[in-house]
Amino acid sequence: MDKPEDLLLDVQHLHTGFRLGDAFYDAVDDVSITLRKDEILAIVGESGSGKSTLATSIIGLHDMRNTKVTGDILYNNLNLVGLNETLFDRIRGKDIGMIFQDPLAALNPLMRIGEQIEETLVYHTKMNKEERDKRVLELLSQVGIPNPKRTARSYPHELSGGMRQRIVIAIAIACKPPIIIADEPTTALDVTIQAQILDLLEDIQREMHSGIILITHDLGVVAETADRVAVMYAGQIVESGTVMDVFKHPTHPYTRSLLRSMPQAESDDDELHVIQGVVPSLKNMQMKGCRFAPRIPWIPASAHEEHPTMHEVAPDHFVQCTCYKDFYFPDDDQAAEKGE
Amino acid sequence: MAMIEVRNLKIHYPIRSGFFNRVTDHVLAVDGIDFDIEQGETYGLIGESGSGKSTTGKAIVGLEPVTSGSIMYKGQDITKRSVRKHMQYNKDVQMIFQDSLSSLNPRKRIEDIIAEPIRNFQNLTKDEERHRVQELLDIVGMPSDALYKYPHEFSGGQRQRIGVARAMATNPKLIVADEPVSALDLSVQAQVLNFMKRIQEEYNISYLFISHDLGVVKHMCKKMAIMHRGRFVEIGTREDIYNHPQHIYTKRLLSAIPDVNPDDREKNKEHRREVERIFKEEESKYYSKEGRVLNLQKISDTHSVALPDSTMKGVHD
Repeated sequence: MDKPEDLLLDVQHLHTGFRLGDAFYDAVDDVSITLRKDEILAIVGESGSGKSTLATSIIGLHDMRNTKVTGDILYNNLNLVGLNETLFDRIRGKDIGMIFQDPLAALNPLMRIGEQIEETLVYHTKMNKEERDKRVLELLSQVGIPNPKRTARSYPHELSGGMRQRIVIAIAIACKPPIIIADEPTTALDVTIQAQILDLLEDIQREMHSGIILITHDLGVVAETADRVAVMYAGQIVESGTVMDVFKHPTHPYTRSLLRSMPQAESDDDELHVIQGVVPSLKNMQMKGCRFAPRIPWIPASAHEEHPTMHEVAPDHFVQCTCYKDFYFPDDDQAAEKGE
Repeated sequence: MAMIEVRNLKIHYPIRSGFFNRVTDHVLAVDGIDFDIEQGETYGLIGESGSGKSTTGKAIVGLEPVTSGSIMYKGQDITKRSVRKHMQYNKDVQMIFQDSLSSLNPRKRIEDIIAEPIRNFQNLTKDEERHRVQELLDIVGMPSDALYKYPHEFSGGQRQRIGVARAMATNPKLIVADEPVSALDLSVQAQVLNFMKRIQEEYNISYLFISHDLGVVKHMCKKMAIMHRGRFVEIGTREDIYNHPQHIYTKRLLSAIPDVNPDDREKNKEHRREVERIFKEEESKYYSKEGRVLNLQKISDTHSVALPDSTMKGVHD
């Protein structure tokens, strides 16, 4: 499983800081992830956790005048951090495909669907017009568009939300990129359409053996589709591991709290679990210590590490900070036992 | 008698086209629905985008002209504007919107936002008014210094709570909540839902809870309706809908919800594909030739489903 040739992307100690006033504030703070061939890695977190910033850092879409990216993003012996634009243009779209949340905003309203897909092929391949047309139709049928010929000639507004997202996926996979980044690909869609799009992503992954980074806030989507998952909070990864490990044995207080605040079927008249406080904004982020500590104030400060590191609690299952050892929910019976 | 009785409600929009811009057809946004909302209960309205659930909600608040049918409240049909005005209907029925940023005026302070409905319906002095606003902020758990702030100074969850406080200002009997937590993060969503439940218990308010999220509706509502193409495909109690769904559309919707337990994912996927296949095969049976949802048939005291006649016998276990 851990063969080096399977490793597609190796992100090490990535920091992405945005300029606010005179200083830079890290929206992504010391994040390390790896993406292997043939897997779906989910990055899950609430708004403001830095999950989308991580994605845009990998594909290099930041406005570099106001952004500072440090660390390493290694792809094919190439460091994407600080790579010059000319080289990056050759990678973007060809080696890394990106699927955005809002398909209507991602598509050009004045261009026919066919042309938009063709655009990538013109830029990255040496295909002639005939080959490109053929490939466009091939792609459209691959993403499950019922009438490819007609759809290729239509405009984005003529299609439904689910169909538009399929087009965006078709553009992302046009050059058969080994890496696909999907940023909340189903958030704007209805549940039945969501299920279809997730199935499609899995099919594509199986067919092309690519690695997919799936960014989402929906724990259900993660549990149903991903192989591995990284939970992000306030710019850092607080827990990572296989989906089985993380969902069956959630360990970090944040992961446990999140899973508990989901409306569950059986707990009908109970109150839902509420995580105290709010996600800190970029400016108010505390730079030292465990960032989740202010939201679990009943855990003594001594339980946290001064400089939180990742601890391997099970093979390939990592948790940040030591506070997980002493963590309990105050409304549990356990709380009474602990005497406080 | 139920508090609100909706009978054969229809809302149609004209489609105009051609040389004289004549009405050539109608969009049947809501096409004949019946339901009751009881005092102090939460009625769930579930549907995908375009199913007509928001239109129904707006019609109940009086924001949407009704084509035909009636909405009875205290023995009067409030689909007429004059009736609504005469009985001060909107004092009793308020609304919470999905997008809290666009439903709060960015140029008004929280005090003025929350006081607006009070000023519309009650004659209070400045002090009484401030006292009332403070009380309302208390109910939704906001600090009193929020009075002088503007909407942009709050987070999404806080703004949604301000929306709840505003809806509460006139002591309403019914609050129509249109996707109140869809834009919120999981942990904040839990907070707002808890508040809504607590307020309901304390003040005996009814909710019409409109949502596409089946998990949230299951948590909030005891009775619900599944809406599709402007009509109800299935109505019943939580138990009826989630444990004994009968209509193919309901089954399909339920099978599409992702489960947080990764153990069952292969099984779920299998089940979903199976339901999808049956849906494709049998769709025509459950809808009329024009694609209209069939009439509801009663299969138990609480449970009605839009089933074709032939499948009527022995469906309920």
